[in-house]
Amino acid sequence: MSADRPTRVGLRVVALGYLALLLLIPVGVVFYRTFEHGIGAFWASITTPAAIHALFLTLEVALIAVPLNAVFGVVAALALVRGRAPGKRLLDTLIDLPFAISPVVIGLSLLLVYGRTGWFGPWLTEHGIQIIFSLPGIVLATIFVSLPFVAREVAPVLQEVGDEQEQAAATLGASGWQTFWRVTLPSIRWGLMYGIVLSTARAIGEFGAVSVVSGRISGETDTLTLLVEKRFGNFDVAGAYAASALLAAIALSTLLLMSLTGARRSDS
Amino acid sequence: MIAVENVSKRFGDFAALDDVSIEAPDGKLTALLGPSGSGKSTLLRVIAGLEVPDSGTIVVSGTDATRLPPQKRGIGFVFQHYAAFKHMTLRDNVAFGLKIRKKPKAEVTAKVDELLHLVGLDGFADRYPSQLSGGQRQRMALARALAVEPSVLLLDEPFGALDANVRGDLRAWLRRLHEEVQVTTVLVTHDQEEAMELADRIVLLRDGKVVQVGAPRDLYDQPADEFVMGFLGPVSKVRGELVRPHDVALSHRPEEGWEEVMVQRVVHLGFEVRVEVVRSDGEEVSVQLTRAEADALEPEAGSIVWLNAAPTPQGRPQAA
Repeated sequence: MSADRPTRVGLRVVALGYLALLLLIPVGVVFYRTFEHGIGAFWASITTPAAIHALFLTLEVALIAVPLNAVFGVVAALALVRGRAPGKRLLDTLIDLPFAISPVVIGLSLLLVYGRTGWFGPWLTEHGIQIIFSLPGIVLATIFVSLPFVAREVAPVLQEVGDEQEQAAATLGASGWQTFWRVTLPSIRWGLMYGIVLSTARAIGEFGAVSVVSGRISGETDTLTLLVEKRFGNFDVAGAYAASALLAAIALSTLLLMSLTGARRSDS
Repeated sequence: MIAVENVSKRFGDFAALDDVSIEAPDGKLTALLGPSGSGKSTLLRVIAGLEVPDSGTIVVSGTDATRLPPQKRGIGFVFQHYAAFKHMTLRDNVAFGLKIRKKPKAEVTAKVDELLHLVGLDGFADRYPSQLSGGQRQRMALARALAVEPSVLLLDEPFGALDANVRGDLRAWLRRLHEEVQVTTVLVTHDQEEAMELADRIVLLRDGKVVQVGAPRDLYDQPADEFVMGFLGPVSKVRGELVRPHDVALSHRPEEGWEEVMVQRVVHLGFEVRVEVVRSDGEEVSVQLTRAEADALEPEAGSIVWLNAAPTPQGRPQAA
């Protein structure tokens, strides 16, 4: 660092001030407002049947979506980095699609495909399968929006590790499957963890796509983010803050996990 | 024994191997020597099964291995950059092949201890590769390859990533190890000195083709062509003829048939003294003298001496 002391201090003040204005103050206000009327009010607000249901629905969706994304992400990263098949370019572009498309558009497109009047709608109705306005739809929307994280974290790690260790394993007699479990997976584990944490944070926080496909039925298809918005819209500001605080707490714990894995990652 | 028969391999437009046939005899160390791009590493990877040849066959210990995956060839492979399993301790690295073969635990432990002792890494069993030096990592890689008792050991520029002095030590160590273990070995190198020191047989490759095969001494004394001669050691050109710089004699007295030259530069390299002289037609010749010869001659820049390029008994190739 060649910058002199006043410059350094100035830069720090600007950076911290920017963060405070955009991030720390709003989040701080949420927590302040939440506990303004004491912990009892907060507790009552997050233990209503609707709130408890929303919390568990949010966790349930994340628990289904994130493992599926993790498996897909690792397979996609392997195909991108190790694969020799044509179509790699296409896959590379497709993986980023969820980043490029607005979540609302993603929700609408799911509606067009799986909704009552959508492409598969009549067939699904006939067989008594409900996707839209129900858990499968919410899971689909969540998978879609959080799809790229694992692949995008794992691919560069795979690239950096190279394939010599895998070749060495092969010459030592390991099958493709054994090589994957014993050599490839351990060498990408921190990248994978990081991708999973990011994917989880996104899955829990998703609003746009989920709001389109969930139908927002209280106590049935409301996730935590939807609940926050609904309470806010119904002038239940304190309730909205309480649910927000809960969401923020989950997000903060995933972030904490992420920085812990980040620390481990820089060791190795 | 390994027999490679009429193997060709192309990467796009580039012919990495062009109808190559070689043999690596049992218990011997065969060096694949050549400049970069000569196809030597590709040939080794084809033998290992890490590359599939476009045509030709690979026979390892009497069985056709051309279509066998690397897992089934009974080989040990050592990579230039070690390919250590970074997340495993030394012990687990060396034990890898044995665990894959589901050997009993006690047997694995005993074998790993034996191998770590063989490669001089006792006491390092619980370290991770990142805690070892390059030379130690490469010895670990050798122990790992030897653990599965391969019928063939393949070494791809094993010392290429190491410092010059570590390389020298490891080379001597590998020679002793090979005498002890006597496993059929194929070594890829671009370093002629390494090949001369270690190999029983040298296969010299260039542009994907075998140029010459033979004992190190045969290649040095009876090179098939100018390229082989130049690759195996320094050469000087006198009157259009190639000679080894140590086959050129200098004298401070004129003798019958000797030629008058002027000394340009004298370089002392310890035991060896390199004298650069220029002939009357302007051609520069590099001469290698021992220190005793140089002391007798006392060459100085600008002084006149007489030169004789003694023809070697085998004759030498004509320069193009």
